[in-house]
Amino acid sequence: MIWNETKECMSRDEMTALQTARLKKIVDYVYHNVEFYRKKMQKVGILPGDIKTLEDIKNLPFTTKDDLRDNYPFGLFAVPQSSIVRVHASSGTTGKATVVGYTRHDLDIWAECVARCMTMANISKNDIIQVAYGYGLFTGGLGAHSGAEKIGAMVVPMSTGNSKKLTTMMLDFGVTAIACTPSYLLHISELLEQEGKIGDLKLKTAICGAEPWTDKMRTEIEQRLHITAHDIYGLSEVMGPGVACDCQFHNGLHVCEDHFYPEIIDAKTLLPAGDGELGELVFTTLTKEGLPLIRYRTKDLTSIDKSPCECGRTSARISKFRGRSDDMLIIRGVNVFPSQVEAALIEVKEVTPHYMIIVDRVNNLDTLEIQVEIDEKYYTDEIKGLEALKNKIGHVINQALGLNAKIRIVEPMTLKRSEGKAVHVIDNRKLF
Amino acid sequence: MFSKQLSVFIENRKGRLGEVLGVLKENDINILSLSLADTTEYGLLRIITDNPETAKKKLSDSGFSTMLTDVLIIKIPHESGSLQTLLTLLTENGINIEYMYGLSVNGEKASVVLKAEDALKAERILTENGVEFLSTDNI
Repeated sequence: MIWNETKECMSRDEMTALQTARLKKIVDYVYHNVEFYRKKMQKVGILPGDIKTLEDIKNLPFTTKDDLRDNYPFGLFAVPQSSIVRVHASSGTTGKATVVGYTRHDLDIWAECVARCMTMANISKNDIIQVAYGYGLFTGGLGAHSGAEKIGAMVVPMSTGNSKKLTTMMLDFGVTAIACTPSYLLHISELLEQEGKIGDLKLKTAICGAEPWTDKMRTEIEQRLHITAHDIYGLSEVMGPGVACDCQFHNGLHVCEDHFYPEIIDAKTLLPAGDGELGELVFTTLTKEGLPLIRYRTKDLTSIDKSPCECGRTSARISKFRGRSDDMLIIRGVNVFPSQVEAALIEVKEVTPHYMIIVDRVNNLDTLEIQVEIDEKYYTDEIKGLEALKNKIGHVINQALGLNAKIRIVEPMTLKRSEGKAVHVIDNRKLF
Repeated sequence: MFSKQLSVFIENRKGRLGEVLGVLKENDINILSLSLADTTEYGLLRIITDNPETAKKKLSDSGFSTMLTDVLIIKIPHESGSLQTLLTLLTENGINIEYMYGLSVNGEKASVVLKAEDALKAERILTENGVEFLSTDNI
């Protein structure tokens, strides 16, 4: 099934024409409505009228997460606050969150894109879907929710945090589809296996995202739960989940490219990469009103394939992600920058500036450990004093990241000191 | 009378305790008593030595986190119920004990190393009640 055959199956020429028209319009729109873009374009001497073809996009400056931070919270919005009907927020590289805003029209487009992805994952109005992403500032829950409603499925808004209730309802309701992170789905499958309930499931499909995962992991999910699993991609800056998704052929993720124009650049030279070459994914939103983004650097490494897919869709496909061009980690679906940890630890006077973040996956759930050294003058010879300090650090980290971390106090001078850029992360998961 | 106790933070790593003891041996420092408080990740080694200042310096030089803490070394009769009598005295005076461990001494007297929440009050109460202390010089 294809949700929007007109848009998802148009010829390359038609798509190019549509994208070109929309690109011209959005560049003109941001130039006249967002001072940040106007100044940036003026600085490099480019006017909206200079953008005549898709190739001309390479002359436009990039936008980064830091730009969003520098214009926190609403500085890059292109409409008055009265036209914004919702905001979401994700991790910023330091203290302040990255805030995104949507007009009613933006929310409609978002639901449309998620509807396409749900349909790609073989979910329809006949399905009962549990949305087990967090509802709230994170785009996962509400984003998947609105798309599932749009296709007319029966939505069970589980959110996160109660696996027992989730599996009970999954069985009692005869749930047929689930939207959650892939690692969490594996965890759920383990719980169901322990209870010997796999055979009682009505589940047939899963639409998983918010963290990178391998084909091997997909096969494992599919075999353990006897379902098909699909990879849905998105990022809050660009929209949220629904920017791209893979179909039953799992040959890359179809991008909703009539709304999000994808480019691949060389992350070092910032020059456009050739067709099929691995590089950093860059998006220009073609229809967004609230927070339009021009050449937003996702920092996700992938390649693009524009050949038609066996499923009948002609939309460009991005390959499964191969890594990041920055140091962002995705832990339990939450974006984490080491700089956030660093900024949080600075608030704790008892610890030295040295720290190590250790990420692992135990029983399919991500674990986060932060190792710290204590400034010698704050040592106590009582266990309760050290435990209180661990709790204090844990609280500060939780406030900063929205994640629980295990805090480990290590002996002085044991954390690696490196010359130049310090290595602060050990990621033992095999995600790419 | 307070004595200096040396505390050393030790991660739970194989051989780490041996390394601490190695440093003490190399510097000819004798251990009079020790206790090891352990958690799943780390331990706190508390030592009464004949030369706590030197021991601290040598261990710090070897990269250990160390600190000196004032504790009371209390002489008690080497007989059943004597420790309980001591604790009753502290309890009746509202003094909480942070930790305590034994110190072996030859002869008829035994002793315990004790750290109380209100250390000064503990010392005063015990002194008023005729309890004898030992110092690291005269153990």
